[in-house]
Amino acid sequence: MVSSQDQGEPSLLSVRGLTKLFGTFAACDGIDLDIAPGEIHALLGENGAGKSTLVKMLFGVLQPSSGQILWQGKPVSISSPGQARDLGIGMVFQHFSLFEALTVGENIALSLDPKISLSKISEEAASLSKAYGLPLDPKMHVADLSVGERQRIEIVRALLQNPKLIILDEPTSVLTPQEADRLFETLFKLKAEGRSVLYISHRLDEVQRICDRATVLRHGKVTGVCDPRQETPASLARMMVGSDVAAVHREDLGTPGEVLLDVKSMSFAPRTPFAVSLKNVSMSVRAGEVLAIAGVAGNGQGELFDVLSGEYPVADHDAIKIRGTSVGRTRINGRRLLGAGFVPEERHGHAAVSQMSLSDNLLLARAHSDRKAFLAGGLGKVIRHGAVKAATARICQVMDVRKSGEDPTAGSLSGGNLQKFIVGRELDRQPSVLVVNQPTWGVDAGAASRIRQALIDLAKSGSAVVVISQDLDEIFEVATSIAVISEGRLSDAYPAGTLSLERIGLLMGGIHDSTQHASHAGEAADAH
Amino acid sequence: MFEAILLTVMTAATPLVIAAMGELVAERSGVLNLGVEGMMIMGAVCAFATAHMTGSPYLGILAGIGGGALFSLLFGFLTLTLVTNQVATGLALTILGLGVSGQLGESFVGLAGTKLQPIVVPVLSDIPFIGRVLFAQDLIFYLSIALIIGVNWFLFRSRTGLKMRAVGDNHGSAHALGINVVRTRYLAVLFGGACAGLAGAQLSLVYTPQWVENMSAGRGWIALALVVFASWRPWRILAGGYLFGAVTIGQLHAQAFGVGIPSQFLSALPYAATIVVLVIISHNRRTTLINTPASLGKPFVPDR
Repeated sequence: MVSSQDQGEPSLLSVRGLTKLFGTFAACDGIDLDIAPGEIHALLGENGAGKSTLVKMLFGVLQPSSGQILWQGKPVSISSPGQARDLGIGMVFQHFSLFEALTVGENIALSLDPKISLSKISEEAASLSKAYGLPLDPKMHVADLSVGERQRIEIVRALLQNPKLIILDEPTSVLTPQEADRLFETLFKLKAEGRSVLYISHRLDEVQRICDRATVLRHGKVTGVCDPRQETPASLARMMVGSDVAAVHREDLGTPGEVLLDVKSMSFAPRTPFAVSLKNVSMSVRAGEVLAIAGVAGNGQGELFDVLSGEYPVADHDAIKIRGTSVGRTRINGRRLLGAGFVPEERHGHAAVSQMSLSDNLLLARAHSDRKAFLAGGLGKVIRHGAVKAATARICQVMDVRKSGEDPTAGSLSGGNLQKFIVGRELDRQPSVLVVNQPTWGVDAGAASRIRQALIDLAKSGSAVVVISQDLDEIFEVATSIAVISEGRLSDAYPAGTLSLERIGLLMGGIHDSTQHASHAGEAADAH
Repeated sequence: MFEAILLTVMTAATPLVIAAMGELVAERSGVLNLGVEGMMIMGAVCAFATAHMTGSPYLGILAGIGGGALFSLLFGFLTLTLVTNQVATGLALTILGLGVSGQLGESFVGLAGTKLQPIVVPVLSDIPFIGRVLFAQDLIFYLSIALIIGVNWFLFRSRTGLKMRAVGDNHGSAHALGINVVRTRYLAVLFGGACAGLAGAQLSLVYTPQWVENMSAGRGWIALALVVFASWRPWRILAGGYLFGAVTIGQLHAQAFGVGIPSQFLSALPYAATIVVLVIISHNRRTTLINTPASLGKPFVPDR
């Protein structure tokens, strides 16, 4: 569809010296970027490197403080997303900008020419989505769709405007490997049609696989432009982080000890129509073990975490045991007193109160389980501010939390640093059982490797660790054994060495037959 | 007898339906305007004064609409431009409206009003039973019906209405799509004010054609409850409005006939019914998600 008239011009989009200041802080500092027609261009960088800010300026959501954007060689100022679309720039956001109350068709119609009728748009969207291998029903309400399907809406919506450049922000973070492969095929189709793609990611293997060129950002500055296929993951990571990323160090953790966390045929009915029911989940985690639970978002990970942590108790008191004690109906503080620790998925609003300081957040989590250390005066429960502040400082130091000021609010920390603090808050107690959900989601490579190392070290010191994650790289880095959750069913746990990526992918896609056989076998083994 | 009761029910229901339709549009765009009572009473006093001075109830209607809209503009300026808290501002608007209208209307107390005369539709009004009820009504009644049809079409059929619902559902995403959130909300608030003003005009020109201080008598609050009762659906406002209107009238008749139901119970009924509806719709998360404007009452500040 896109004519290739721009052959005379080397670049579809050029950015020269683009700078964005927030107060005195330069989120983007003199950035140069060139995207050629028909190329898949990667934008690499850690969290907080300025990728999102740059992209928002290209899409007209933010206005640059200085610098120039050239579109097909002509200087343009993009003052609104509408103007970006008129130029031929489409965007698929990481956090979908969809309207849950509206249907798929209505969502798409909102970004198109108002003169085209809704029925025509729905028709076109359905046929386009089929052509690109992204099936969609225009009449469905977005509220009823899975994350993967929602992403398809975003992509189809961008494609319907026949863009010359499509910007994708971390598109594979919510997809199965198979779904990601499908997306890559779509991207190659777009490339073959002469469209350009700006692909934002911090997954190095993907970038190497599909991208023709990469621009690497660090601290708001470009640190390198390269052909990712000529680089090694280590050299790319070096450009992103500035120094070599500490490789996670995992020696043999030795023979596992006694069972510390034991779950036996636990079922849990969904609390809302959107929740997944947990069906007959069994697992046992021994001292010195890291059990990773893989799976695509929305297959019951959140629900599993909720019942393991005691946020929602289960009816069968004996279904969950921590260090031999039945805790099915015990609430979260009771479980913490038994030596368990929990790190939920959402940093803001669940693991931490954004508007409160780090020390307050520490106290909120541990006031009950570490009462003696932090509260004085018996029933009076007077806060010992000195002790709380000291513990906060200790955690920040151990986990290398970078912050401004002595005791800033949780919301002022970058995602990676807050996550390090939240994980450190639990590790500080030396929990004998630790359950973490998505420990490094949206966290930069440096912080991620620090957190993973801490999890392994904890297991090494004799604790049982459960890591619920969608990131397969992470799983292979930390796990001693791996189980896969799909539609609320948990597969048997396999030793990490015996599972291939393909096999996990199949389990994640919901190939239940083999899973069920395996779990029956597992139950039989447990019975002995 | 029955026809007479039905006619009084319709007269009582019309201002509720009109004010609720206006508030529905404002809330669908994400603005919670608790100042309906204040805008309504401003409409009532402007309509009465203009009709009394010019002798034309139709100019009165226009003045009522204008008074309500102007008053809502104040609300819009405070909540949308200066980004004040919507709940607090709405409450203040109601208190201010009651006070200002009392001041403006002081010299009109006890004066004879100009009643809006019914427009009898020939032929149709001769239909037995329903003819007199439906086709021998005043202009404001016809407008109330047109309003429901129009708003329903606008919200669910027109592209502008779709944009308005998008703004109410997720203003951040709407902004990212290039929709002017603040302008959309200004227009919705203005429409809500105009409707509240029209409802006020009905009170002082049709329902009781005279000016009495505080004559809106809590109808603005019933209209607010009605929007929730109708779970933000235009046709349900019609049903709910007539139900609440019937309760109001029933309360008067019950008193007249000495029926043993305390009148306080009947006047509390609309609110109790609203609570029941709230419980029912929030029980099912899906219906809540699809019907309730998700960004209702949340201030919008574009991040620049």
